[in-house]
Amino acid sequence: MMLLSVEGLTIEAGGRRPILRDVSLAVGRGEIVGLVGESGSGKSTIARSVLRLLPSRARVSGRVLVEGDDVLAMSPEALRRLRASRVSMIYQDPRSSLNPVRRIGDFLTERLVHTLGRPKAEARATAVELLAAVGMRDPESRLRQYPHELSGGMLQRVVIAAALAAGPSLLLADEATSALDVTTQAETLALLRRVQAERELGMLFITHDLHLAAAFCDRVHVLYAGTVVESRPAKELFDSPRHPYTAGLLACTPELGAPRTIRPVPGRPPSLDDAFTGCPFAPRCPHTTERCTTRHPEPVAVAGGSAACHLLEV
Amino acid sequence: MTAVATLPQGPAAARPFGHRAATAFLGVVVLAAILAPLVAPYEPDAVDFAATLAPVSGDHPLGADQSGRDLLSRILYGARTSLVGPLALLAIASALGVALGTLAAWRRGWVDAVVGRVTDVMYAFPGLLFVVLIVAVFGNGMTTAVIALGLAYAPTIAKYTRSLAITECAKPYIDAYRVQGMGGFAICARHLVPNMARPIVGYLVVLFGEGLMSLATLSFLGFGAQSPSSDWGLMVKEGQPAIVQGAFLPVLVPGAAIALVVVSFNVIGVRLADRMGVRGS
Amino acid sequence: MIRKLAGLLATLLATSFVIFGASYAAPGDPVTFLAGGKENLTPEYISAIRAQHHLDDPFLVQYGRWLGDAVTGDLGRSLQYNDQVSDLLAARLPSTLGLVAYTTVLFVVFGVGLGVLAAVRGGRVDAAVVAGTTFATSVPPFVLATALTSLFGVQLGWFPVMGGGSPWHLTLPAVTLATGALAIISRVTRQAMIEQRELDHVTVARASGLAERLIVVRHVLRGALGPIVTMCGLVTAGMLAGTVIVETAFGLNGIGSLLVNAINTHDFPVTQAVLLLMVTAYIAVTTLVELVQPLIDPRARRSG
Repeated sequence: MMLLSVEGLTIEAGGRRPILRDVSLAVGRGEIVGLVGESGSGKSTIARSVLRLLPSRARVSGRVLVEGDDVLAMSPEALRRLRASRVSMIYQDPRSSLNPVRRIGDFLTERLVHTLGRPKAEARATAVELLAAVGMRDPESRLRQYPHELSGGMLQRVVIAAALAAGPSLLLADEATSALDVTTQAETLALLRRVQAERELGMLFITHDLHLAAAFCDRVHVLYAGTVVESRPAKELFDSPRHPYTAGLLACTPELGAPRTIRPVPGRPPSLDDAFTGCPFAPRCPHTTERCTTRHPEPVAVAGGSAACHLLEV
Repeated sequence: MTAVATLPQGPAAARPFGHRAATAFLGVVVLAAILAPLVAPYEPDAVDFAATLAPVSGDHPLGADQSGRDLLSRILYGARTSLVGPLALLAIASALGVALGTLAAWRRGWVDAVVGRVTDVMYAFPGLLFVVLIVAVFGNGMTTAVIALGLAYAPTIAKYTRSLAITECAKPYIDAYRVQGMGGFAICARHLVPNMARPIVGYLVVLFGEGLMSLATLSFLGFGAQSPSSDWGLMVKEGQPAIVQGAFLPVLVPGAAIALVVVSFNVIGVRLADRMGVRGS
Repeated sequence: MIRKLAGLLATLLATSFVIFGASYAAPGDPVTFLAGGKENLTPEYISAIRAQHHLDDPFLVQYGRWLGDAVTGDLGRSLQYNDQVSDLLAARLPSTLGLVAYTTVLFVVFGVGLGVLAAVRGGRVDAAVVAGTTFATSVPPFVLATALTSLFGVQLGWFPVMGGGSPWHLTLPAVTLATGALAIISRVTRQAMIEQRELDHVTVARASGLAERLIVVRHVLRGALGPIVTMCGLVTAGMLAGTVIVETAFGLNGIGSLLVNAINTHDFPVTQAVLLLMVTAYIAVTTLVELVQPLIDPRARRSG
C-alpha cells in the first residue's frame, strides 16, 4: 500500500476553472516526490488537501488516501489524529508559522501535550532531543526563546523539529526552503534529506524550482493550471522533458555549466478566472495545433512515466 | 498561505435597511423641530396641574410630566435645542479644529509641536472632564456648555484635519500654486481646505451623534440647558423624581428620543465612514 | 521606561496647571469666584480668602504652593461642607472605587466573552452581537440609568432605586457603566480575534491536529490579548469620569456626584481636587497599560 495516494482529486472553489482537475499521484515509504509548478498552479492546494485544510466553500471530488484511509471522508476525530501524528507539514515562511507571542518550547511541545496527551516533562525532553537532531546548538536555552530572537534558518529548523515531533510517516514540505537565503537553503535541504532518510519518511516536496526538484526528488510531477502535465522520474524528466511546459521551465533558468540562451515561457501563469476548453498550456505553447485548443489532452505513457500532451499522442 | 476557513463577514446585509430607516427617522425629527409650533398640541411650558403625570391619552398622546406639561409638545420643541446645540458646538469645533489642523500641517515645525502638545493635554482629561472644568469656571448654562464642548471637540478635528492636510500638501498642485507666487493663506483657504471638505464633513456626521449625547449628558447633570427649557437631557433630569412614583413616561420619552437620534446618526455615520474611508478617532 | 515616566510627569504638570489656572480665567475677581459668589462676600471673608489662597503672591508662586500642598495631601477646605477636601474625598472614594471595580469585572467578563463568541461562532450570533453593541454605544448612560431604574428598580422591584452601600445597591449603576464599555471591549475583542485567526501560525496549529477550542484559547485569543488588555485599561481609566454621570443618576455618594455638587454649589476647591484626582488616575492607568504591554507581547521587549 502506498503511503499517500491521491486519486482523481478535483477541487472547485468558485473560480471559472477548478483549482485542481483530476490530479492523481502517489508517495511511497522512504520516497521523495516532487511537485513543481508556477504560483497558482494548485501545488499548495494538494498539500493542504492531504490535511483537509480546504476552503470551506470548496467542492471536492476524488480520494486522498493516507495509508489507505480517505482523508476527505474521515470523521473529525480521526482527522485530528491524522494531523497530530501521521502527517506533518513544513511551510514556506517559518517566521509566520510560529505564534510570535509563545516560546519555541511551547511550539514544540504543544502537539505532544495537547493532542497526544504526553506528560509535560517527557514532551520537553523530546523537544530537546529534536532540536539537537536538527542541529541546533544549546537546545535547552532555545526552548525559552521567542521566535523573533531566532533567524529564519534557525526557525525553519524549529519547524522541522516540530514536524518530526509526533513521529509522522509522511512529510509535506510546501516551498520549505524558498523563503531562506541560499546558504541556509542548502543546509535546510541537507537536513530534510537526512531526517527523511534516517526515519524512512515519505515526502511530498513542493517547489516552483524544477532544477531543485530534479536534484532533490526521486520522482517529479509537473503541475500546470491545476492539472498534472508530466510525471517522470527526476533524472529522466530533467534529461528529456516530454511536455512543452516542462521543457519551457527547464529552458528559462540560466545554467553555469552549459551556457545557452535563456528562453522565458511566454505569457503569464493562468489565474482561476481563465477557463480552458482544450489544453490549458495551449495559449503559451510554441507547438499549439488546432486540436490543442479544442480537446483536453489525456496523459500518455512516456519513458518512465506519463505526460499529457496531444503532440505525444500517436 | 491564504486563509483556510471562510470568515463570517459583518452584517452588511442589514445595513441598507437600517440606513434608510435612520435617514427617514432623522428627517422626521428635523421636520418636527422646524414645524413644532404648528404640530405641537400645547405650548411646551404650559403648566396644567390637573394633568400631573397623566398617562398616555387622547389629550396627551405621550402623557404629561409632574407639572402637567404635555410631553409630546416638549419633545417636539426640545428637538430644536437638542439638534441646534450639537450643530453649534460642531461649528465651533470644526472652525477651530480645521484652522489649527491646517496650520499645523502647513507650517509644521514648532507650530505643529505646540498644537500637538495642547491636544495632548486636552486628551489627558478623560470623558467630559475638560468640559466640566470650563463649566465649573464660567458657570452653568447652554451657551457655556456648547462653547466648552466645541473647545473639547476641536483637538479631535484638528488631529484628523492635520493628517488629511499632510497627505494633501504632498500633492503637486499645492507646489504649483506656490510656484505661481500664491500666498500660503490663499492656498489653504481657497484650495487646501475645500479639497478636504468631503472627508471632514463625513467625520462631522460621525461626531454629531456623540456631540448630541455629550450635550444631553451635560444638561442632565445640570450644567447645560436650564429650566424651563425642554431640552431632552434636561427633561430626563427633571423627570427622574417621578420614577419612584411609578411614572416612567417623563424620563423614557425624552430618553428614547435621544437614544434613537444617536443610533440613527451612528448608523449613518458608520456607512459614511465605510464609503469615504473616514477613520474614527 | 524613563522617557515614559518623564512624559507622564510632564502631562501631569500641564494638566494640574490647567486645573489650577482655570480659576484665574473666570470672569471677574478671583476672590469672588473662590468665595463661591458675590452673596458670600464680607470684608473679613475676602481677606480670609486672600490669605488662604495667597492671592497677593505672584501667580506662579501660588501655583507652586498649591501643587506642593496637593502632593502632600492638603487639598484645601471645602466652601460648602467646611471640611478638609482630602477628608471628603477619603470618605467617598471607597464607594466610587467599588463601583469601578464591580463595573470592570462586568465589562471584562462579558465584553471579552461576547467578542469571543461573535468571532468564533460568526453568522447570526456575530450579527446579533454587532447590532447589539452598536445600539449599546448609542444609548447615553444617563438614559440607560433611568430606564434600568424604571424597569428593575420600580416596576419589578428587584433592586433598590437610590442610595449605595451594598453590592446590591451598586448592581444597576455598575450595569449602566458596564454597558457602553462592554460594547467597546467586545468589538475590539472580535476584531482582534478575526485578525489573529487569519494568521498563518493559526493554520499551522490547526494542521498539527490541535483541537479547535485549544486553537482559540492558545493562539487566537492569546494573540489578540494585546489590543484587548490595552482597551480594557483605557476604558477602566476613563471610567472614573463615567462615575460622574452614573453616581448622579443613581444618587450614589461617590466622588463623581461630589464633583457635580461642587460645581452646582460653586465649591471650587472640591472641583479642583476631584478633577486633579480623576486626571491623575487616568494618566496613571493609561501609563500602566503601556508598561504592561511587553509582558503580553515579547516582541515589545526589545525596544524597552
